[in-house]
Amino acid sequence: MSSVDWKNYKPTLIPDIDGLEKIDVYEKNGGYKAFKSVLTENDKWPDEKSVIDEVKAANIRGRGGAGFNAGLKWSFMPPADGKPRYLACNGDESEPGTFKDRKIFEYNPHVFIEGALIAAYAMQVTTIYVYIRGEYLVYVKMMEKAIQDAYDKGYIGKNILGSDYSVDFYVHMGAGAYICGEETSMLESLEGKRGYPRVKPPFPAQKGLWGRPTTINNIETLAHVPSVINNGADWFSSIGAENHPGPFLYGISGHVNRPGVYELPSGVPVLDLIHEVAGGMRNDKKLKAVIPGGSSTPVVRADQLEGITMDSDSLRSVGTMVGTAGMVIMDEDTDMVDMLWRIAHFYHHESCGQCTPCREGTGWLEKVLLKIKNGEGEVKDLDLLLDVTTQMEGRTICALADAAAWPVRHTINRFRDEFEARCKKSVHAVA
Amino acid sequence: MAYEFTKEDLKEIESIKAKYPDVKAATLPALWVAQNRFGHVEPEVQRLVAKTLELPEAHVHGVATFYTQYYKEKKGKYVLDVCTCLSCQLCGGYDIVEHIENRLGIKAGETTEDGMFTLTEVECLGACGYAPMLQVTNDQYVNNLTPEKVDELLEKLKKGEEPEYDQIGMPLRKVK
Repeated sequence: MSSVDWKNYKPTLIPDIDGLEKIDVYEKNGGYKAFKSVLTENDKWPDEKSVIDEVKAANIRGRGGAGFNAGLKWSFMPPADGKPRYLACNGDESEPGTFKDRKIFEYNPHVFIEGALIAAYAMQVTTIYVYIRGEYLVYVKMMEKAIQDAYDKGYIGKNILGSDYSVDFYVHMGAGAYICGEETSMLESLEGKRGYPRVKPPFPAQKGLWGRPTTINNIETLAHVPSVINNGADWFSSIGAENHPGPFLYGISGHVNRPGVYELPSGVPVLDLIHEVAGGMRNDKKLKAVIPGGSSTPVVRADQLEGITMDSDSLRSVGTMVGTAGMVIMDEDTDMVDMLWRIAHFYHHESCGQCTPCREGTGWLEKVLLKIKNGEGEVKDLDLLLDVTTQMEGRTICALADAAAWPVRHTINRFRDEFEARCKKSVHAVA
Repeated sequence: MAYEFTKEDLKEIESIKAKYPDVKAATLPALWVAQNRFGHVEPEVQRLVAKTLELPEAHVHGVATFYTQYYKEKKGKYVLDVCTCLSCQLCGGYDIVEHIENRLGIKAGETTEDGMFTLTEVECLGACGYAPMLQVTNDQYVNNLTPEKVDELLEKLKKGEEPEYDQIGMPLRKVK
């Protein structure tokens, strides 16, 4: 496999341009050109389907964690019937280790707005909502201003740029609930309810907000759309890893010298991201483990990482996933038992309580891990934990139970000696 | 005490309602308007929101209790939400909680006697690269905390000086 030339990559989502958050600066740098093109250049974009096909061909795999082809998702929307249809943009960003979409809100909000507008036009959506987590109050205000500026310039509203297409665009602020990042829970929250995920089917494309066709996309996913329209699907799919192409916003946190969000192609070697991009390990400590894409993605031991790159195929070979590309880097001093207990605590706190396996399971995972953390556990408790995870996975309405179970199962399997060392010696030991 | 919305609040709630095809959708934003006005959404405030939106009290109560950022009881003037989740834990979030506990003489979850500070331990706030960090009363983030930085913050807050937006520059947007 040829390695990705990330050193010469030029960022498109968060390029180094001063004042890019202002609409004038964004326009001066080619902003809203793509949206104008799909609305007015009929020879290039004869219909909405041509836009969807281009985005589908680019293979923008959803950046919220699921990695589903965005254009394909758009194509699931039923034909327009003159009644309301919705695009819900997911800026809930609450998965521990993930802090990338806020960079778009802050540094380049219009690239997201433009992407959302193109998506909305392609699906003939009548109203766009961007759901932003309540803790991001600062970014809520920034987005409200950016959207107002786009209204004032005539990019949003009635008969946009002289076309017969009209759309509204609103910010909806959350109020503290991880589960609202789950797409159907987000729809419930948008409708003003407790964020309980919905049973699928019906899928949101059939019955979403207020029973109407709705598509849900992550902020970063939508922010990639303008460059796909401007440069073509081939350009996008030639960046980075073949099966998971395009730029990624890598959020690197934990024990590195230069944590932060970096825009680079997909498929960059994990070790390059740690040692070169993020400036290496803090205090020259040794690398112990990496969680590659948010707390739910299985942890990988350092000795498994040689040659592994940040794309779905490569990460699958070590039993993990890209997730949100929110990488958590851990050094040799990290206590895996404490770390795992904290993740379990998070999922227990955030379980909405709707499904029994999750509500009870997350509680037991935390409880048993706390016991082990406090030196009160026994080796058989590790098997109890693994058993609980199998009782949770795939048995609930949404994926929170899986997200809670995976880290427990994989961290125990990959660092079992550390967990056993924390357990009390069994009184029944025979050897 | 009887809670009432001001005329401006009511106007804001009307403009919120216009964004959605169904009034129920205004529940979350209306609770925010209420919390910004009264500093909390105690049951009496929840009733006011229900009455204003003409929705069942049980619905508003259900929503208010589902989301962590709505204060279901009175809090201190400044609520310090310290993140201790994954990346913050790895970078010393619990040390920050302990430091504040010692400084303020309270435990996480408590409010100081003078009603100045409430200390809370919270789940991931999405600032993982700037850990450890905290959020002041559902508003500004204070990043890359050290005990000294915390002391400085507490002194400022005691004088009523609230933190300003702590913009994080993009480290090497283009890595060479």
